[in-house]
Amino acid sequence: MALAEQTGGETATKSVGDYLLSHLREYGLLFALIAIMVFFQIVTGGTLLRPVNITNLLLQNSYIIIMALGMLIVIVSGNIDLSVGSVMGFIGALAAVLIVNMGLPWLLTILICLVVGGLIGAAQGYWVAYWKIPSFIVTLAGMLVFRGLSLWLLEGQSVGPFPREFQTIANGFVPDIFPAAIGQALAPVFDARQVNVLALITGIAAAAIIVWGGMRKRARNKAYGVVDEPRSFFIARNVIIGAALIFIMYKLSTFRGLPNVLITMGVLTIIYAFLTERTVTGRRIYALGGNQKAAKLSGIKTERLTFLAFVNMGILAAAAGLVFAARLNTATPKAGFSLELDVIAAVFIGGASMSGGVGKIVGAVVGAFLMGVLNNGMSIMGIGIDYQQMIKGLVLLAAVIFDVYNKSKQG
Amino acid sequence: MSALLEMRAITKTFPGVKALDEVNLTVRQGEIHALVGENGAGKSTLMKVLSGVYPAGSYDGEIHYDGALAEFRDISDSEKRGIIIIHQELALVPLLSIAENVFLGNENARNGVIDWQGTFQRTEALLRKVGLREAPTTLVDKLGVGKQQLVEIAKALSKEVRLLILDEPTAALSEADSQALLDLMLELKAQGVTSIIISHKLNEVRRVADSVTVIRDGSTVSTMDARSQPITEAAIVRDMVGRDMAHRYPERQRRAGEVLMEVSDWNVWHPEHVDRQVIRSASLHVCAGEVVGIAGLMGAGRTELAMSLFGRSWGRNVSGTVKIRGKEVDVSKVDRAIDAGLAYVTEDRKSLGLILEETIQRNVTLANLQGVSSGGVLNENAETEVSEKYRRAMNIRTPSVFQKVMNLSGGNQQKVVLSKWLFAGPEVLILDEPTRGIDVGAKFEIYGIINELSAQGKGVLMISSEMPELLGMCDRIYVMNEGALVGELTAAEASQERIMSLIVTE
Repeated sequence: MALAEQTGGETATKSVGDYLLSHLREYGLLFALIAIMVFFQIVTGGTLLRPVNITNLLLQNSYIIIMALGMLIVIVSGNIDLSVGSVMGFIGALAAVLIVNMGLPWLLTILICLVVGGLIGAAQGYWVAYWKIPSFIVTLAGMLVFRGLSLWLLEGQSVGPFPREFQTIANGFVPDIFPAAIGQALAPVFDARQVNVLALITGIAAAAIIVWGGMRKRARNKAYGVVDEPRSFFIARNVIIGAALIFIMYKLSTFRGLPNVLITMGVLTIIYAFLTERTVTGRRIYALGGNQKAAKLSGIKTERLTFLAFVNMGILAAAAGLVFAARLNTATPKAGFSLELDVIAAVFIGGASMSGGVGKIVGAVVGAFLMGVLNNGMSIMGIGIDYQQMIKGLVLLAAVIFDVYNKSKQG
Repeated sequence: MSALLEMRAITKTFPGVKALDEVNLTVRQGEIHALVGENGAGKSTLMKVLSGVYPAGSYDGEIHYDGALAEFRDISDSEKRGIIIIHQELALVPLLSIAENVFLGNENARNGVIDWQGTFQRTEALLRKVGLREAPTTLVDKLGVGKQQLVEIAKALSKEVRLLILDEPTAALSEADSQALLDLMLELKAQGVTSIIISHKLNEVRRVADSVTVIRDGSTVSTMDARSQPITEAAIVRDMVGRDMAHRYPERQRRAGEVLMEVSDWNVWHPEHVDRQVIRSASLHVCAGEVVGIAGLMGAGRTELAMSLFGRSWGRNVSGTVKIRGKEVDVSKVDRAIDAGLAYVTEDRKSLGLILEETIQRNVTLANLQGVSSGGVLNENAETEVSEKYRRAMNIRTPSVFQKVMNLSGGNQQKVVLSKWLFAGPEVLILDEPTRGIDVGAKFEIYGIINELSAQGKGVLMISSEMPELLGMCDRIYVMNEGALVGELTAAEASQERIMSLIVTE
């Protein structure tokens, strides 16, 4: 109400403390991730951030992150998809049967699998979008159906191994395009045997692009008089993110370089962040989740958009299934079991709202990493799966309580 | 006969608005007392004071009930004393049976275990009393509105009602159901139940009421007693609308151009009650630069007409044609209606007009994202420019366009909705209760915007329940009743009395 009373229309200069309070969520997530990484780095005696473990961390969480991208869109649109774990397993099984049992070329198989994933999404999205059947129920049914289908397809057996080329989807590394001589020359500087220059340069370039983009946006906002982030925050945030990126990439460069999966993940994250934040379609998804009736009365084809959100989820679940199968080098009937819960948890930890309309791609990715680091760190420490589950559950609850508390305080 | 209820000098203030100003109401034992007045006159507020929705202490004045000062803390408090109110929107649980609904919250139970035998027997007795021939086990879902109304009354009777309040009980009923309900009221009166009926339908009031109190602008205007002299509808109408016309509306050059929009033979059926026709062959037109009003009471079908025109957003089996500048256009989907040049500003801005959690900027551009994007990619600079432009033009009071709309006052929210639709570039704007729930100052600003639109040659179709507003703003007024346009008046011909009599003499 107080805001409505203000007449001038000029941005009120807020104190740094006020700003931090009103943006606690975004910074909180970043701080939480850093704090958890520092904590595990210390208690695991430096194992967490060893190059081989960072590589592992990325590979282990790649399929969660890929699915979290689609899940964020589904959740922002005001729905949920409980079937992604099963769909992922089913696609892995399908890939195994097509390649291993039927001898299809692996590239063709990938294409078929992505199309089938899209069709699965369409089959579920159809009921949700056009028949208004709650997505919880449709995808709960899907979860059971595709779990059964994987079992049927694999006849209860594990099928593998996959050809080498297929495995590289998950386990391969991008070859260094720079002459090996440079890497060898740099090696003594970093006290490593060899250095992957491509990884190093990618890290620096990515950090530079993020900082440059941030500055451009800030300059634009300044032109409209809407700078709300204090300068010190802007600098600190960018320094931390940039340094972290370069640090991770440096670590990777002293091991085997850039994992293929990291490139896939990175490219997909950029595409979906752009889609959700900068395109008309993305904006409409947020409007649909924010207030479906108002969106519809504004001329937005809400049914089609819901349908497409599920098609997209299906394709991404298929992509995750391929990565998962390639990584394990075998398809098992148990693959993807209860994984949908990790994906959904990642999206909510990342700040999405159960009621739709709120959430960011970057949040979902950070949320997934946070869960991943927790898993990985606790495993290194030798904490049993029992405690791991409990801790993960409490982290999810804490994140959401924090959200709700924050919101109620802002009024 | 002595007075059962005496409300003395009731004054109720909301922030910035005096909803009731020293209202007096005296209801005698065993009579049917009608409470009439325009929408927003304060009838419902008065009944909320009486039933304890607004607890004692939150209003000024005294309520004397059954010979003693009554200070109700909440609804259950007043219900214990036998005051039962039946709201316009029925408060039944659709998927429970009649019996369960009748005894909801008042279960026939011993130690928490429900005595179903007794419940059904008592329900059957009550249903006989109200003349509803249905089994107590029938789900409320399966009943029409008229029968549901009877279930509500049965529920009231189960609580040993002494003062029954019916808020627009016949608004949604068919003629036959209405007659049956009025008969039941007379029957209950014979059994000693006192009732208050709130109604717009003056013929019904005349038929059942022993006395009539007219409320206007939060004050009691008159109380008439049918026993001393017969009450005429003309007298009631005069008292209902007889306010001074000193309300201020900005001046406007009135000049209507060519016909912009023409709707012919528009028919709409209710989406759930398939046999109910809500709009009956309505035909209307709006000229360029013209402000055309649609007058009518709640439930007349005005919003339904507007929403069915706008992409068939309401109703089923919609038929009829819409022409824009003489050319028939496709308005079967919202996006097509927008493309055809229509815009609809909803009466329910919070649930249908805005995305409250989003910023002003994102709400303003929502209906025309093509206008701020190229190749499907949004241009945020353009978005900011557009929303800033409307913020200034509309005088939206906010620190910045990046403010969430839920933080705005009602008037400013309405300006955001208007901005959204102006940015969509329509030829004809349908404004549904454009000034509902906003303060006087903001109202005046909205009127100014409407005049500005007509000066630009746009057509405006304005639905309003406030008759002075229609008279002050419109070049022409259609009068709507029970789904049909029953009259058309030019600004010169129109008066509140003429509009009201077109409605009530139907």
